[in-house]
Amino acid sequence: MELTKDEEKSLNGEHGEALQIAYRILSATGEATDAEKLVPIHWAHVSGVNYNTIGDAGEEFLATISKDARFRVRTTVNPMGYDKDSVEKFDLDENFIQKQESIRESYKKMGAIPSFSCIPYEIYDMPREGTQVSFAESNAAIYANSIGKLKTNKESAFSALASAITGKSPYSDLRKDDSPTMSIAMKVSEPNELTFGLLGYFAGKVADKSVAISGVKNMDKRCNKSMCASMGTSGSCGKFVLDDNSNASEKVDFDEKELQKVYDELNTAESGDMITLGSPQLGLEEMTDLATMLKGRAFKKRCLIFCPRAIQEQARSLGYAGQLESAGCELMSDCCTCLTPLVTKKDVDSVTTNSIKGAYYLKNSNGLDVNLKSLSDIVRDETS
Amino acid sequence: MTKKTIVKGSVTGKVLKSSQPINFLGTIDKKTGSITDQKHNLSGKSIKGSILLFPHGIGSSVGAYTIYSLKSNNVAPLAMACQKIDLTVASGCALANIPLFVLSSNEYDSIKDGDEISLG
Repeated sequence: MELTKDEEKSLNGEHGEALQIAYRILSATGEATDAEKLVPIHWAHVSGVNYNTIGDAGEEFLATISKDARFRVRTTVNPMGYDKDSVEKFDLDENFIQKQESIRESYKKMGAIPSFSCIPYEIYDMPREGTQVSFAESNAAIYANSIGKLKTNKESAFSALASAITGKSPYSDLRKDDSPTMSIAMKVSEPNELTFGLLGYFAGKVADKSVAISGVKNMDKRCNKSMCASMGTSGSCGKFVLDDNSNASEKVDFDEKELQKVYDELNTAESGDMITLGSPQLGLEEMTDLATMLKGRAFKKRCLIFCPRAIQEQARSLGYAGQLESAGCELMSDCCTCLTPLVTKKDVDSVTTNSIKGAYYLKNSNGLDVNLKSLSDIVRDETS
Repeated sequence: MTKKTIVKGSVTGKVLKSSQPINFLGTIDKKTGSITDQKHNLSGKSIKGSILLFPHGIGSSVGAYTIYSLKSNNVAPLAMACQKIDLTVASGCALANIPLFVLSSNEYDSIKDGDEISLG
């Protein structure tokens, strides 16, 4: 990768240690993706905010780099470990809270917007089509490319952080050429968000960087988010397009048999001890939808709903938050189902959710069994 | 011999070869280096001190922090080598200074689990 004289100086440490680290990361990712140069990006979204995921080494790294790193572009951040409004209700130790607060402080110092959300695309308006951004958080990267028509690679926590510090990213892969090399024919009829989640998980496993999906007419936001999140979980694919006439060289089918295979891999319980909704976090549209579905009903079990703080505040002023709470939901902001320290084996053995991504991490990281159901089935079975 | 070097270094060691891709978040214990995902073909094995061969990284962008943590906790592999590089593995190894190589498919296929090899 060709660097300008100024970039070269930064890589050699002439502009301080933070920029040197950032350019070292970008040089490696540029080399890895055969980039010729770095290009400006206009928005970075970084992951690696939850102490549960980055641990002591991550916390120390951020404390050190934040001494002199400052973000050069708008930078939003992923969810952290808890909602400070309800943290005392959960059994978190002092060390966790102290380390999490240190991480929050480090990002603040570097100039991050305290969004604590995995759906930055529902908090901000999307920039102009074709804008180069740098999104870690796999669901957000896939959403930005596929629905938002922006340009980003499926960035890592460090490559997005390096982009936030430098305002640049290697010009390669999906930033340059995002034409699908594989086409998946959707053969499952009457799909809901769970079906699209299962399709996404399958697609992530078989497709490379970009995939075409045929046989799908339209997807609502819930289905889109579900598919982006599950695709990001199972693979390295960073974009999908709905296209019945793709000229992709490889073609595969997603039928009932494949659907069942993925479902059996992720569904390990007949029912859950509690319910979590929101991986990705719920947006306003999903919150209002859910409030409507729950009219006159209430959950029979504990139900946690994860949403960004900005969305919770809107939902509260519009009356929806109150309606959801009356139906027995607990609203949680700044955190998410995935890698949450709030749902553990100490309290429950199994969780019901409609999120494939949530299921994967609840199982692998939290060691819980998962009961997968669509939202409408959850409302039918778990409320009265 | 290697197709490409992403993070420089030269190592000699024993190969731990995975037939499946690796999601570094939630499937590896960053304190011990053991693979905790029961469905993974390396389930229960430790990647510490190995030359870790795997097709490529998948999943979470935060896996880069796991790679960095493995190194900080002294349980990282000596080096990693893949068939295809993704940004999570590349950036994690760059920051942790773990040598990282892309191998040609012939070379990748010819190296077996347990082999003693030198890279870099």
